Amino acid sequence: MQQTRSAAARSTPSHRSARDRLLTGTAGGLAERLRVDPTVIRLGFVLLTLAGGLGLLVYGLCFVISSEPEPDTSSPEPPRHVRSIAVGAIVVGSLLVLRDFGVWFGDLIVVPAAVAVLGSSVLGVRPDAAGRHWARRLGSAVGVVRAVVGFGLVAVGMIWLVSAAGPFAISFGSIVLAAAVAAALFLGVGPFVVRALRQAADERRERIRSEERAAVAAHLHDSVLQTLALIQRSDSSPEIARLARRQERELRSWLYGRRIGLSHGRLGEALEAMADRVEELHAVSVDVVAVGDCAMDDRLLAMVEACGEAMLNAARHSGDTSVSVFVEVGADRVDAFVRDRGRGFSPDDVGDDRHGIAHSIRARIERTGGTTAISSSPGAGTEVHVSIPRGSG
Amino acid sequence: MRRVRVFLVDDHLLFLSGVQAELGREFEVVGAASDVVDAIEGIRTTRPDVTLLDVHMPEGGGAAVLEAVVATHPDIRFLALSVSDAPEDVIEVIRAGARGYVTKTIAPDELAEAVRRVHEGDAVFSPRLAGFVLDAFATDPRVGADPELDLLTSREREVLRLIARGYAYREVARRLHLSVKTVESHVSAVLRKLQLSNRHELTRWATDRRLV
Repeated sequence: MQQTRSAAARSTPSHRSARDRLLTGTAGGLAERLRVDPTVIRLGFVLLTLAGGLGLLVYGLCFVISSEPEPDTSSPEPPRHVRSIAVGAIVVGSLLVLRDFGVWFGDLIVVPAAVAVLGSSVLGVRPDAAGRHWARRLGSAVGVVRAVVGFGLVAVGMIWLVSAAGPFAISFGSIVLAAAVAAALFLGVGPFVVRALRQAADERRERIRSEERAAVAAHLHDSVLQTLALIQRSDSSPEIARLARRQERELRSWLYGRRIGLSHGRLGEALEAMADRVEELHAVSVDVVAVGDCAMDDRLLAMVEACGEAMLNAARHSGDTSVSVFVEVGADRVDAFVRDRGRGFSPDDVGDDRHGIAHSIRARIERTGGTTAISSSPGAGTEVHVSIPRGSG
Repeated sequence: MRRVRVFLVDDHLLFLSGVQAELGREFEVVGAASDVVDAIEGIRTTRPDVTLLDVHMPEGGGAAVLEAVVATHPDIRFLALSVSDAPEDVIEVIRAGARGYVTKTIAPDELAEAVRRVHEGDAVFSPRLAGFVLDAFATDPRVGADPELDLLTSREREVLRLIARGYAYREVARRLHLSVKTVESHVSAVLRKLQLSNRHELTRWATDRRLV
């Protein structure tokens, strides 16, 4: 389903971007489609326009054949630098063809402009995944080098352009100088300003959204959540109570902006999401209490999955209708407890299926370098305690 | 034996009548109110042993009722009841004088036990409240803090951890080889610290975790 839809999207003409637009979103849309940084596309248009006016023509054509942006597009794939270089090569190739055909404002304008545009792209293009990897390894030096090289190229291009204007009359030269300074500012600082403005707009939008959500939350607190709570504790059938509990959870996670997912976000959110899944499958309520929180990583994911196994185990075998989950994030360890007050078992007569689940909990935790302890006795419930080390690795 | 007299405060009428029916089997429900002004007046007139107090209400909520009644009738005990899991709500009513906090999804028999416990002067810590307190007291207080009020003892931490793990008081007692009375006194000590400590982290922590 997903496959066919994305294939269909590819065969239609390009969309303009709803998110990323300076003028019409044409360059942004093209960039999303080609998976390159929009700055590269924009600078390509600028350069081709300066060379012989072709850029303007191509831009106009792209605008006409591209369609209105879809209101809610999924997040674009990250830009890739290899593709950006390919787009750059296409632009340079077009320039050479234009020069050959004589559609050309002259070397003395185009070459300095190309240098300045290259400088601007050095400044404006955001690093891709590989670039960020190197930036992390090399530290802040990368940013300094980028700024120096970028501004240097822009300055060299502009000075060249102005000195090339020397042969013209002095009065005309001063106009060119003024225009060149303005262009230098635009090319050098423009990308930063655009990025800062866009960030500010995004933050504002997010703030408005969360304020709205808080207002809705305050209202729903006094109405729907109360009713759902009442249904759960009245004498209604277990199935109704379970549905009410599920509704309550969904409502809460929406109200409080909790993301649903295991591998990203925070540990507390991941455990809640796991509890949701277990509640969905079995007629039990799972209460998660978290002390401290931290960002998810692979080891914590293994722990959340192990806790999920323990919750399922309790839901299937204990006969208890509620399961308690407690997690505590310490300085160097994370401890989690999954407990039920059900029938329990004695370690001697463990059924094969039980054994399997216990084994899968242990195996997951052992891979992280952590420990598992399962305590249970007939009639006194079962508690699974997993503990994993924290820190890098 | 005289039945425990209970007063109910909740602005959600459906919930109010549900709880009234449940608790009526064991306790004497002497009155009910659905807003702050009625609640203050009703409690002062009927002088119940225990008031079941909704945290979320218009015009100041449960905390407003608590502050007004505690000022004139310090012997009336309060148990906070809420659909909210937001720590700042919970901490606010506890600091205003409630003896415990339970969520509205609590099973009827557990609610009855919580009311009995509050009536006997003990504190009622749900697993979630125990978790909040452990979290709030997790950091070291600033220099010059009063260790009597701003720190939990290791024993108190142990007790809270077990409660957060879902252990009832008597299960905690069995596990730590203590009497139930000792566990209760530890929990009461924690409640007192929660109410009297002026460690600035407590407020900041609750604000940071505005919504859980």
